[in-house]
Amino acid sequence: MMPTTTQALIIIGILSIGTAITRFLPFLLFPNAKSAPRYVHYLGKVLPAAAIGLLVVYCLRYIDLTTSPRGIPEGVAILAVVLLHIWKKNTLISIAAGTVIYMLLVQFVF
Amino acid sequence: MLKKLPNAMRAAFPHTIPVLTGFLFLGAAYGILMSNAGYGWTWTLLTSSVVFAGALQFVGIGLLTAAFDPLLAFLIALSVNARHLFYGISMLEKFNSIGKIKPYLIFGMCDETFSILCSTEPPTNIDKRAFMLSVTLLNQSYWVLGSVAGALIGPHLAFNTQGIYFVMTAFFVVVFLNQWQTRKNRSPALIGVGAALVSLLIFGAENFIIPAMALIVVCLTVFRKKLTTEVDE
Repeated sequence: MMPTTTQALIIIGILSIGTAITRFLPFLLFPNAKSAPRYVHYLGKVLPAAAIGLLVVYCLRYIDLTTSPRGIPEGVAILAVVLLHIWKKNTLISIAAGTVIYMLLVQFVF
Repeated sequence: MLKKLPNAMRAAFPHTIPVLTGFLFLGAAYGILMSNAGYGWTWTLLTSSVVFAGALQFVGIGLLTAAFDPLLAFLIALSVNARHLFYGISMLEKFNSIGKIKPYLIFGMCDETFSILCSTEPPTNIDKRAFMLSVTLLNQSYWVLGSVAGALIGPHLAFNTQGIYFVMTAFFVVVFLNQWQTRKNRSPALIGVGAALVSLLIFGAENFIIPAMALIVVCLTVFRKKLTTEVDE
């Protein structure tokens, strides 16, 4: 059953508000970063690296190791990104090459 | 600020090229799905502008084609986007005295913008605030453009784009590697990956994010003493 136009607008408004809450809440709770508790200050220092780690896993969450292709295209492409990045240290080259390798693998090999 | 923006845009643009690629294609995929669901490009323009959260917008298509359930929509928005809480806590200090642009920078902090802002410092001759605003504006404009273009011309695309979404994964892997070069980031990075993997194994792909966040906070709290000495070194 399709919602009416008004209902669709309400849903979009709610999605917008819900998202804004997740983005604004920390700033509303601690309007002045300097007076935030030391624990929050500490979290602010260590969370970025942890959050990026979480994001990498988030991107790979649908990989199924039990059925073909068992995450092999992702594994090979990520290995290529890591090796290229250690070798060339060029963000764009690493990302472009990794993506092309992945696309070739899923389109022609697996 | 406005005078400083053109130079800041030029400095920010190279950092956003991977996001440009990813957002044009991911956005296009979203626009196509919205059109197929009966929502034309004006709807896509609206959602990409006011919601601006990729994963939730995809989930939202389902909410826009099912029976009207605003409470469910609200709960889904909170849970799919809970990870933003981490970004906010991480940016409390960086955003502390940036003035009028603060609300927009907070509104526009998607995964990709967060990754660039927390791993990149602008060149010394570029205004910091203008640089952060540029990254945020550029990234959101890619998403809006890509998704509207997808809604308009998507059905006529002939190029085989299967797998192009990996550009976002590769992007986060590179941000991870760049962070890894700073020694003090290594323990938190390992905690992030480890907690996420453990949670993924236990709760599965659809439900692992919030338990993973909880586990990350627990680990960071338990190891606070050790990590604090690493951070301060």
